[in-house]
Amino acid sequence: MTRIDPTAQIPGGGLESGLVAHQAYTVGGVHFRYGPSRLQGEPWVLRDVTLEVVQGEILGIVGPNGSGKTSLLKLLAKLAAPQEGEIALFGRPLRSLSHEQVAQTVAVVPQDSPQLFPFRVAETVLMGRFPHRRRSGWSLGFGWEDREDCQAASQAMATMDIAHLAGRAVTDLSGGERQRTMIARALAQAPRVLLLDEPTAFLDLPHQLGICATLRRLCDERGLTVVIVSHDLNLASQYCDRVAMLRAGRMCTIGAPAKVMSVEVLQEVYGCEVLIDAHPQSGLPRITLPRQGMPFRG
Amino acid sequence: MMPAARHPTPPTSPLTASTLSAGIVPSEPPTIADDRPVQDSILTPSRWWRVMTVLSLVAWLLGLVCLQVGTQYIGVGRIIGLFSSLLFDRPVDERMVDTTGVILFQVRLPRVVLGFLVGSCLASVGVALQALLRNPLADPYVLGVSSGAALGVAVAVLFGIGTTVLALSILPVCGFVGGLVALAVIYRMAATHERLPIHSVLLAGVILNAIFSALIMFITSIMEPNRSFGMMAWLMGSLTAPAYPVLAALSGYLVIGLVLLFKHVRVLNILALGEEPAHSLGIDTERVKRFIFLVSALMTGAVVSFSGMIGFIGMIVPHAVRLVLGADHRLLLPASALVGGMFLMVADTAARTLFVPSEVPVGVITALAGGPFFVYLLVWRKDRLA
Repeated sequence: MTRIDPTAQIPGGGLESGLVAHQAYTVGGVHFRYGPSRLQGEPWVLRDVTLEVVQGEILGIVGPNGSGKTSLLKLLAKLAAPQEGEIALFGRPLRSLSHEQVAQTVAVVPQDSPQLFPFRVAETVLMGRFPHRRRSGWSLGFGWEDREDCQAASQAMATMDIAHLAGRAVTDLSGGERQRTMIARALAQAPRVLLLDEPTAFLDLPHQLGICATLRRLCDERGLTVVIVSHDLNLASQYCDRVAMLRAGRMCTIGAPAKVMSVEVLQEVYGCEVLIDAHPQSGLPRITLPRQGMPFRG
Repeated sequence: MMPAARHPTPPTSPLTASTLSAGIVPSEPPTIADDRPVQDSILTPSRWWRVMTVLSLVAWLLGLVCLQVGTQYIGVGRIIGLFSSLLFDRPVDERMVDTTGVILFQVRLPRVVLGFLVGSCLASVGVALQALLRNPLADPYVLGVSSGAALGVAVAVLFGIGTTVLALSILPVCGFVGGLVALAVIYRMAATHERLPIHSVLLAGVILNAIFSALIMFITSIMEPNRSFGMMAWLMGSLTAPAYPVLAALSGYLVIGLVLLFKHVRVLNILALGEEPAHSLGIDTERVKRFIFLVSALMTGAVVSFSGMIGFIGMIVPHAVRLVLGADHRLLLPASALVGGMFLMVADTAARTLFVPSEVPVGVITALAGGPFFVYLLVWRKDRLA
């Protein structure tokens, strides 16, 4: 069985070295719709989407509700297959990779995952080690976690600031704690690509900041590639290297936040008025909603 | 392709620097981290062995107690003496073999063992179905799998297949087919919905139960009266002392089913996390689901063909075990099998001793215990089912 070589990294790491940028993903002319292919009447969810995800970058995918952001993420994770077009993961067509091979390279954090069974936080994070399990003969599927698994899990938990929750049941966690547990599970998977769907939706401000800064650091230091689907335009602007804007299943524009986040583009994509000024710290675009229906009182 | 633009200065926050420690290394071996909190809060092989040893001992002791109790009390010394005489072929008092020996070996022992096997099967199937449907209320009885299996058996009996010499091998297969029909309906529902809501699964179970019960009633009403009476008694769930070959067959089904379930025990853990996360961790969820459904139908079919419809064990037992021992299926599955066996063994002992000289079908006892528990879960623990 061929595996994606996890050590194949640019010397010096990331993009800072200025060497040839590796493509984590190349998506070419992808058309996608839900349902079996015989239902020709189903509308396309994604139409002719082409983009590249550079290794070590944070790519934000933004767009209005129903524009196909989550579907695109599912395609990247091989949770669904496009009807037309091609997706390659580190130069290899996704079609030819097994789900397990993808899972050894790509980790996914879904939108919200309400839990029913009282697994403990540590147990949940350790589930991320499943793609890296060793098959040792006839072990009846028990597959006890070894020391390496436990260390990967505790490191992921320390990264997500949930080490103190190790013994708590996931059913007793707050939404934010659960979300951080799920991200820790994805990190325990030791992925080269991390796909996140609305990672900050349930988080309070310090943890929003914390997660964004952690992701930023993982990208810069370790060459982790991150794709974030988010409604939060400001988060995308401040923390993403590039932003891809989807509208009605089509790729509108893709590029650095400073270029993409303009009043004209946002007005076209979202169909509503926005205000943009410069972030006082970074100078990057800051998006604010205008007051409507109320007279301005200076 | 242009290199991606960088931030002029990576935004930093004093808060994040202090609260978050070094990140994990995606491609290098992880550095040494303190993994004691993790080690302390997960299921380890040593804990597994401890719990399973204790539970097995308790099961043996309970079995001994159930053998003692009955219309005629048999003391522990007598039981041990009878067993040793059986095993080591020591010369025994003729009278002892004729009276207590017959009661013990022909009536009580097979019945106690059958109770244990049936309870184990039902509890294991309950564990598997709950994880698969992500529904703590799933149970072969509630979902209509048991009544589907019962219908299969009833049809076989109606056409006289059950009265042939092959009865031992054919009836469980008919039950398997019937149970499979019920699970196929639920599987189709689960396939068309992204995440199957708990209440619609229950609703499907109610409807399936209604349809299958109507068909079973139809079959019993067109049977000869004396056969239909036996049918009704069987349907309510009873553990009449079986012959030893029957016990051997049922334990075969239980062992095969448990081994097949154990193959997927870690996968069940991850499926309980959610179907999409499981898929993204490299699990072929559809294949696993179909496989577990098949095994569940097989075990339920076998059990129903031997002992009729005994309800709620598959729901109560996994739930209680999960509360005490945690959710990890590596322990939950075998522990539930043991506890389920004990539960039914004790319930059946109660059924045959509490109302002497009459005997209550054991299904009545389990339903009386399980029904209120079900209502409790549905009404007072609603928050957990959301």
